[in-house]
Amino acid sequence: MNIFLLLAPFSVLLGLTGLVAFWWTLRAGQYDDPQGDAARILDDHLREGPDDEPDQA
Amino acid sequence: MNALAARDLSAFVARDADARGRLELLVTGARCGACLAKIEKTARELSGVEAARFNLTTGKLAVTLSPKAGDAATIVDALTAAGYPATPFDPAQAIEKEDKEGRDLALALGVAGFGAGNVMMFTVPVWAGLFGQELDGTTREIMYWFAAAIATPCALFAGMPFFRSAWSSLRRGKANMDVPISIGVILTLIVSFSETFQKGEHAYFDAAVTLLFLLLIGRYLDHKLRLRARSAARDLLALQVPSATRLGADGLERTVPVRDVEVGDRLVVVPGDRIPVDAVVEEGASDLDNALISGETAATLARPGTRTHAGALNLSGRLVLRAVARSEDSAVAAIARLMEAGAQSRSAYVRLADKAAALYVPIVHTLAVLTFAGVWAVGLGPREALLRAAAVLIITCPCALGLAVPAVQIVASGRLFRRGVLVKSGAALERLAEITHVVFDKTGVLTEGRPRLIDAPAADIALAAPLARASRHPLARSLAEAAGCGEVATDIVEVAGMGVEGVIDGRKARLGRASFVGVESSAASETELWFGYEGETSIRFAFQDSLREDARAAVAALQDMGVWVEVVSGDVPGPVQAAAMRAGIHRWTAGVTPFDKVTIVERLQASGRKVLMVGDGLNDAAALAKAHASMAPGSAVDASQNAADLVFSGGLMAVPDAITVARKARRRVLENFAFSALYNMVAAPAAMFGLINPFVAALAMSGSSLVVILNAMRMGLGRRAT
Repeated sequence: MNIFLLLAPFSVLLGLTGLVAFWWTLRAGQYDDPQGDAARILDDHLREGPDDEPDQA
Repeated sequence: MNALAARDLSAFVARDADARGRLELLVTGARCGACLAKIEKTARELSGVEAARFNLTTGKLAVTLSPKAGDAATIVDALTAAGYPATPFDPAQAIEKEDKEGRDLALALGVAGFGAGNVMMFTVPVWAGLFGQELDGTTREIMYWFAAAIATPCALFAGMPFFRSAWSSLRRGKANMDVPISIGVILTLIVSFSETFQKGEHAYFDAAVTLLFLLLIGRYLDHKLRLRARSAARDLLALQVPSATRLGADGLERTVPVRDVEVGDRLVVVPGDRIPVDAVVEEGASDLDNALISGETAATLARPGTRTHAGALNLSGRLVLRAVARSEDSAVAAIARLMEAGAQSRSAYVRLADKAAALYVPIVHTLAVLTFAGVWAVGLGPREALLRAAAVLIITCPCALGLAVPAVQIVASGRLFRRGVLVKSGAALERLAEITHVVFDKTGVLTEGRPRLIDAPAADIALAAPLARASRHPLARSLAEAAGCGEVATDIVEVAGMGVEGVIDGRKARLGRASFVGVESSAASETELWFGYEGETSIRFAFQDSLREDARAAVAALQDMGVWVEVVSGDVPGPVQAAAMRAGIHRWTAGVTPFDKVTIVERLQASGRKVLMVGDGLNDAAALAKAHASMAPGSAVDASQNAADLVFSGGLMAVPDAITVARKARRRVLENFAFSALYNMVAAPAAMFGLINPFVAALAMSGSSLVVILNAMRMGLGRRAT
């Protein structure tokens, strides 16, 4: 039973980590342009330039 | 084109506190990653541009301009020169946040998914305890408290979209599907807490979160479908010419934003530009391409006195016009307003799910109240009464109902997408299934939309080709296309509204109207060109807008389905009748204005018909928005594509195919409703008689949702539409 009290919160914590990661990808606008991102990952030239950061618009 | 150099588009740039500018452009023509790279590179290499990011999914280019530098017009021109026509957005509308609702829903979905997954870690052992396995009361209580700690915040957060919608619906004195969902979820949480306090068995924390998770999937799918349909009127307004060239009293030309043009202003329009506002020609002659406005294939002649419409494309000569209407009074703006009105009248359509909700909500709430009263009355006590009433609400919560429609519609639109048809909203599919009458536009829908040379000997084509290659006129271009690449005549003089003159092999030749070439033409048709060397007999070239290959088959398929078909076109009667007859359509109307099209659609709908409008021009946009359902080919102007519910590529067979799929989808949805009703007829009495425990609730809920989803999947597996 003791091991349960340790592992249960730990597994919830893992789940929370995933949730926070998902929240971050949403905030960073990673789902705003799926078609464009699919193209960008293949083309090195598109990664140049000063505005390489995810668009905050 | 020198006039492009001096345009002032600074009104479209929004400057922030440190004078850094933001500009948003709608860029058309981008198809793939290479286009994306080229567009961003083109924009970034211009001076004054700090950053440019293109969204391939929405077609919008966001440009950041350096403080006090950068010129919007140069960006537009550079992109247009690179082959990607760009149109700036009004900053007031463009800088709105994109798809906030979608992000909120996705986050709610993520939280509900996290909650549902982790709560089960604690409730599954409890279910085991329900079947006599070893699990004492203390352990169960610990499990429930863990479950409560996870489920309560998750359910409250993920439920917000439902709570908000239910609240606003209640304030309007109505009850939508979100009302029982919200009451169900909140009541479940309250009852579960009270059970856990009293060390009881009946806590439904897992049910509350799982329910929201399943419902949010449906809600998110529905939102995705709806998202595309949003920007109709906005994109149409962006399509209008943003600036105009005004001729001052001093004879100087000045570029002004089109909204500053006043009635009586003298305007200059050079070839290649669109006419900014409704106006009358004062000087010059030219050919105008009205296809966008009226759907006419033939270019019309403009000379002093001719009334021109905003949006017409100037093909061949410089024109000086006198404005007779302001921008917001021009025909294009009137069409935009009609579109808005049409879209509003259409939003009055009650969706299937809402119809179901109107039936379902009162029944379920009455049942829950009756259960509470009944159980208390037979002497089982208020605690048991409340528990059973809550069980009724949970077990009948419209999980399957919430999924019944979006699941089917996502599968149906996925199937149509593979067929080359883009469905923009779920409601559109529902409306499409009810269609009894199809109205086709002619130009670009029944026909290919551009003049094709007919019955000309190759020798004749080769003779005229050097002149044809030098002209911008659509008929000449079609002739040049038929001839292929080759030499171009020298000493070209293009006489606006008449034709083109040049020297081929040292001899002077002319290509153009009959009178220009020196022929007495009886027909003087707009769909013919004459060619002749000076002093020789002339050759006549005839053009025709040919019918789409599968037009006849598509019309026959529609008629087999019991759908009425008719043609309504802005073109002159001759070609309309010919096209209608060849397609096998007996009802046709010619020479109608964009406003008449709306009237025709309205009249048909008033007589009880459900009209599907299929059109491509700006002249169809208002009728597309007004009709019960609408389709536009991928070649249509943006405004029409935006106004239409469905956009199709490839042949016209897409129209009967889409109706077939929509009808099948409707059948699946109704089956799903029937199944949900059946399920509730079994589940509700079971809950009333206290036969439900948390395990059964979880099983019943996910089971019914699964059945509904599997039934929806049958759409994709079934035989392809012919």
